[in-house]
Amino acid sequence: MADDNDGRGYPEPRFDIPTSRATSRRQFIKGVIASSAAVSSAGYLFTLAGCSREQGAARGIERMLMLKVNGQVRPVDVLPNETLAMTLRYKLGLTGTKLGCDRGECGACSVMIDDVVHYSCSTLTHAVRDRAITTIEGLEGPNGELHPVQQAMIDELGPQCGFCTPGQIVSAVALLKANPKPTRDEARHALAGNLCRCGAYDHYLNAVMRAAGSGENVSRA
Amino acid sequence: MAHDLLLGKNFTPPDVKAKVTGRAKYAEDFRVDGMVFCKLLTSPYPHARVTGIDPSAALAMPGVHGVLTADDVPSFPPPQDPILTNEPLYVGQPILAVAADTEELAAEALERIKVTYEELPFCVDPLASLFPGGAEARTNGNVANPGVDLKSFKWSAKDFANAADGQLPTGAATTEWSFGDVDAGLKSAKLVLDESFVTAGLSHHSLEPRTALAYWQNGKCVVHASSQSQSFPVPGVARLIGIEPQDLAFVAEFCGGGFGSKGGAYPIVAVPAHFAKKINRPVMMRISRHEEYYVGSARAGFQGRIKIGFRADGRVTAIDLFIVQENGPNTGFNDWLSAADAVSLVYQPPAMRFRGVPVLTNTPPRGPQRGPGQNQIAAAIEPLIDKAARQLGVDRVAIRKINAPDDSAKLGAMQGGVTSAHLKDALERGAERFGWTSRLARSGKKTGSKVTGIGVGSAFHPAGGNGFDGLVRLATDGKLYIHTGVGNLGTYSHTVTSRVAAEVLKMNWDNCVVVRGDSRLHLPWNNGQFGSNTSFTMTRTNFAAATDAVAKLKEIAAQDLGGAPEDYEIGNETVYSRSDPQKKLTYAAAAQRAIDLGGKFDGHAVADNLNAMTKASAAGVAGTGLIGVAKDSLPRTGTVPALAAGFIEIELDLETGKFAIVDYLGVADCGTVLHPQGLATQTKSGAVMGIGLATLERHIFDPQNGLPGTVGLLQARPPSYLDVPATMATDAVGVADPQNPVGAKGIGEPVQGCAAAALLCAISDALGGHYFNRTPVVTDMIVNAAAGRAQSHKPLQVNTA
Repeated sequence: MADDNDGRGYPEPRFDIPTSRATSRRQFIKGVIASSAAVSSAGYLFTLAGCSREQGAARGIERMLMLKVNGQVRPVDVLPNETLAMTLRYKLGLTGTKLGCDRGECGACSVMIDDVVHYSCSTLTHAVRDRAITTIEGLEGPNGELHPVQQAMIDELGPQCGFCTPGQIVSAVALLKANPKPTRDEARHALAGNLCRCGAYDHYLNAVMRAAGSGENVSRA
Repeated sequence: MAHDLLLGKNFTPPDVKAKVTGRAKYAEDFRVDGMVFCKLLTSPYPHARVTGIDPSAALAMPGVHGVLTADDVPSFPPPQDPILTNEPLYVGQPILAVAADTEELAAEALERIKVTYEELPFCVDPLASLFPGGAEARTNGNVANPGVDLKSFKWSAKDFANAADGQLPTGAATTEWSFGDVDAGLKSAKLVLDESFVTAGLSHHSLEPRTALAYWQNGKCVVHASSQSQSFPVPGVARLIGIEPQDLAFVAEFCGGGFGSKGGAYPIVAVPAHFAKKINRPVMMRISRHEEYYVGSARAGFQGRIKIGFRADGRVTAIDLFIVQENGPNTGFNDWLSAADAVSLVYQPPAMRFRGVPVLTNTPPRGPQRGPGQNQIAAAIEPLIDKAARQLGVDRVAIRKINAPDDSAKLGAMQGGVTSAHLKDALERGAERFGWTSRLARSGKKTGSKVTGIGVGSAFHPAGGNGFDGLVRLATDGKLYIHTGVGNLGTYSHTVTSRVAAEVLKMNWDNCVVVRGDSRLHLPWNNGQFGSNTSFTMTRTNFAAATDAVAKLKEIAAQDLGGAPEDYEIGNETVYSRSDPQKKLTYAAAAQRAIDLGGKFDGHAVADNLNAMTKASAAGVAGTGLIGVAKDSLPRTGTVPALAAGFIEIELDLETGKFAIVDYLGVADCGTVLHPQGLATQTKSGAVMGIGLATLERHIFDPQNGLPGTVGLLQARPPSYLDVPATMATDAVGVADPQNPVGAKGIGEPVQGCAAAALLCAISDALGGHYFNRTPVVTDMIVNAAAGRAQSHKPLQVNTA
């Protein structure tokens, strides 16, 4: 399985890392070994389904790049036209990022890129190499402690069907990074790009306010 | 018997952590070795016949595994919704599927498949189809519904000519019922309103498109589906695949929203199963958002006319209702009939006549959507109740209270009874908490271009059934495993209703495990998660199963420790002697004894009246503990009404047509509250959908070409954070329903209808009594009304922008 991720068989894999953040060859190889091992233990998701080799044949050449996801450097073969949502879901096994519309309307695919929320369905993976990508899977602490927004979502019963929840949480975390004490109205505007067809907005906002630790109206059920 | 150990208390549902960490796996999140992707080729025409399919160029592509057409799948008698078709009846109807190593390759292959069509006549307006010579949606008819045979049905030109301008013509009906003396009731009335109205069809737009993954293993088919129900769809999905239910493994642990559209078996779910069989590989069918607008179901639209007579005090004397339902091209759903029942219940008319016609259109198939019929009609009729109140000089809460159903209420053609009804209490409680009277003083108050509107609305849905099975297992580890066939549509009712079994057995909740989400986990036959029924129906089944377990515990104790079963009581996860509490068995020990005794105690012998699915599941867990398994045979007489009242204050901008909701309060009559936090979020989120139904969401079809204009979230407009208030309030009447062992009734649906109604009433209030007789009321309609301009649509026109 690791064989598929080591870049063999590809002409001149391009690791386009700016000098300021350059990784030594030694560090790089260590990183590849470490992340491949992690992926292997997570199952076969990394190499299997989706945009695989054949697609390369049909749609241009996959290039390997080093993607910084959730604090790890993950080597991954990426097509020129591949969206970040597809890379995350079908190559890195990070299926917490959802595809609700695949065209920038719903926000279920929201991820943070350098702490700013983006729709990963509308972001080309090649455009975000060297950037720090955080998905819902990257919010828990090293020992599985929930992020305060995640815990607040549980306490306030934020999710209903749960499909938009990862995107809502990522947007809320990005908001609190930029504005740790938002008003409820600021939170509402910050999350406005995340649709919830269940309509659980009120409880999602309760959770954001709870996570922000603000005294402002939390549950008034 | 008090039920206050667990019920009425908040808890952390076992599946919520997976939802906040991204670990919850929906259908598209599964991967199987060798999995390929399929994509659908859909009709570009609203109605056509496929005259030829040439897939050779696609099949020649490396990595393409095959094509699945209508000829490869079972067909069902029209007007049932087919899996694939050679006679597409709406733009976007799936004709064939192609499978390839990757989705992109499948998409490329689709473009190389040559399909030729013969275009056929089509119709996107029911009235046009009823007109003599009007186009019909199918080659063999233009009306159909469950209970209405597919046939050609026309009104006469005279029927149309008899209608005044803007008035719904009323010709023959396919269905008609009445009770009481309608003519006398209207004649004796102080005021008679005669109003025509339109409610738009609209999509469900569940956020998870109905993606499915299927593969075959040892003759059994595994389907990962997007389903709001768990046990209920199994027989239907098996039928679509052409296998026996026991040969289907149905995985539906998580579902990204259904709202009625994923309650039972729907045809497209069978495509990957058939394809996987044909090409002998696992097949993932990833449905796109665009496709979801075609195959994802939609609410039926209405063109209607109502005559309502009122006494001077606002009491309704008689109702005459006619509904033309825009039915989509297939069987559709019985919204129109439910709408009539709702009117008969919410206003308790002493006399009523209903007539209706379900007319086929070449638009996406219609299915139940949250309060199907009840919520459209609430949005259509409630503003007219306001209109009458205004003309009679009666308060708008008072006119609803004087007509509201109570425990003696009657419903529908047969005037059957109800189990309990407290709409009057909900209206009173809400009016007091909302400060109705003091807020009314602000009604119509203008500040610059903004004007205040106050509204109240009420709605109903039948909310409970019976006759399903419960299955619980006390294991030798001392834990209670509650097997539930309830689906995961996001209400947490799978666990809320399971807690009834824990309550009856006086279990510590930490020692309970809810077993669900995969038909291979030995689940009982349960109703689907639709129709607001789960709270009522499934509390009964779990009560029955747990009661069976308690009886068995006492029997075992009596056998082992002496005396009769009646001498024993349960508590602290033991069964003990009333006279000598030291004589006891722990649940863990009793579970071991059940296994030793076998027979009925450990599930080897079960009651004959159980459903085959439950019997198979009981057999699957037999010998693993003390098995409580029973059919809900508790008595039920009458309809179980879920009722709700909504109160709203808005600030409407006369220049832009936009409004801000200042406050919203929803009050539920759902019997005993089982899960306060769950009720609160349902009441508020139902209101969010109500805001969408009232003011945002609708189908748009181009009448010339039958092309859809709403195939994206931005066009079809489900509400966002900014369309709804930043805070909302909820309350509940909280009077137990006497026909449920824990007093519960459902509530999920009327909490939408009451909000839609209240908002429309508030808009009309802000406009000083302008009634649109149409949903949704979009901003340009408000601007036109405020400026005294004519609307851009004709009064009865449908599918308008």
